[in-house]
Amino acid sequence: MSGNSSADGPQDSQIVVPGDNLGQSGRFEAGHGVLVKNNTLLATKNGKLTIDNNVLNIEPLHTTYTPRPSDLVIGFVEGCTNNIWFIDIGAPFNAILPMSLGPSKASFGSTRQVLDIGEAILCRVQEVEETHSSVVTMKGMGLRKINTGSIDKIDPHFIGHLSKNNNNLLREIKEESDCRIITTDNGRIWIDGEVSGIIKARNKLTSLSENYHVLSDGGNV
Amino acid sequence: MGGYGDIQMIDENGLRMDGRTATQVRPITIETGVIPVADGSCRMTWGTNDVVVAIYGPMEAHPRKIQRQDRAVLDVRYNMAPFSTSDRIRPGFNRRSREISKVTADALESVVLLELYPRSKIRVEIEVLCAEAGTRCVGLTAASVALADAGIPMTDLVVSVASGKVNDVVVCDLNKEEDNYGEADLPMGVLPNSGELVFLQMDGDLSPEEFQTAWDYNVQAASEIHKIMVEALRKGGVN
Repeated sequence: MSGNSSADGPQDSQIVVPGDNLGQSGRFEAGHGVLVKNNTLLATKNGKLTIDNNVLNIEPLHTTYTPRPSDLVIGFVEGCTNNIWFIDIGAPFNAILPMSLGPSKASFGSTRQVLDIGEAILCRVQEVEETHSSVVTMKGMGLRKINTGSIDKIDPHFIGHLSKNNNNLLREIKEESDCRIITTDNGRIWIDGEVSGIIKARNKLTSLSENYHVLSDGGNV
Repeated sequence: MGGYGDIQMIDENGLRMDGRTATQVRPITIETGVIPVADGSCRMTWGTNDVVVAIYGPMEAHPRKIQRQDRAVLDVRYNMAPFSTSDRIRPGFNRRSREISKVTADALESVVLLELYPRSKIRVEIEVLCAEAGTRCVGLTAASVALADAGIPMTDLVVSVASGKVNDVVVCDLNKEEDNYGEADLPMGVLPNSGELVFLQMDGDLSPEEFQTAWDYNVQAASEIHKIMVEALRKGGVN
């Protein structure tokens, strides 16, 4: 049995699926989502192939968030001990928010009075360990507890497209909806404003997210 | 001839009861993204079989004793809905569903790059809504599409298909009658790009020549099914 023919070589923007043969490894280098096996480049993810300086990368169509240091994220408090909060940042593992990196001074044992379970926070990933555990911090400009507005979720990889071209798309949505919007690297979006504006912004984001491939290929949505 | 009585399931022209030839596969449809809350999902109909698969994760593995420090674990649950067959199935796990969950997990482990997610778990939920024959093959094939839809890195897709012997003739993709009254059944899981085998079971007796024929039928059918899987994944991507 044979796989996909690679006679014409890999094409930019083509949709690939796991196992697709992307040609010999001499001509191109393996980037994200590409594996070299017996001198052959193999796709390991379902997504759009991009070729950048002879490096093949696959931009997955769907993916879970993988935290990286300095990522801005919206998290939900999932639990706490006397001096630590456990934050759900949408990654495989909950992040840790130590009391020393929390929003305000809290005495030992009073973590729930500062941030209670279920509350949302805007924080930044400070450290990611090899075992995928991460530490987040709320020390920094703009990092805070979220008390108002609505939090929406889109695929994390779409965030990059929203902020392309100097945030043009995002600015458009903000102007149309008259809302304050913060997009974060884990795919969560905070929208604050009038209810009608929030609905408008959410609808626009959903539509953009669904038509993301048309958009990324240069079409208009 | 084995099975029950003298039920004739192949006519003198070599056509089967449902009008297929020996090598023909039942009609297949695949749809991805059918469960919005899941990280990846797929609905596959194969003949009258109807299977939905949902993928959740990678997520922290619980309980901790199942965690592996160097890789993720695949938590596969195959389940047949009580209404999936004409005889009501008692809800919950039974010996058969445990066995199928185990062999499905083993087959998928050979393609999923588990080492990228240490201490994690990937949940694969396979729910059979309507069962005809070959649900383990449908479940495994649909699970590999759903994993790809979830963005889980894999070296290949897994295609599973079964051939068997009916009225002393080897046929591909058994239907309900052929499965119930046939003499043998050979489900296989194949990696279509490399041709590697990741899953093989056999029920009944086949001579070496019949085994080879069934093998060839399965590999040929896997190639056809792989095209449908790829098309579904590509279509899912562009909406």
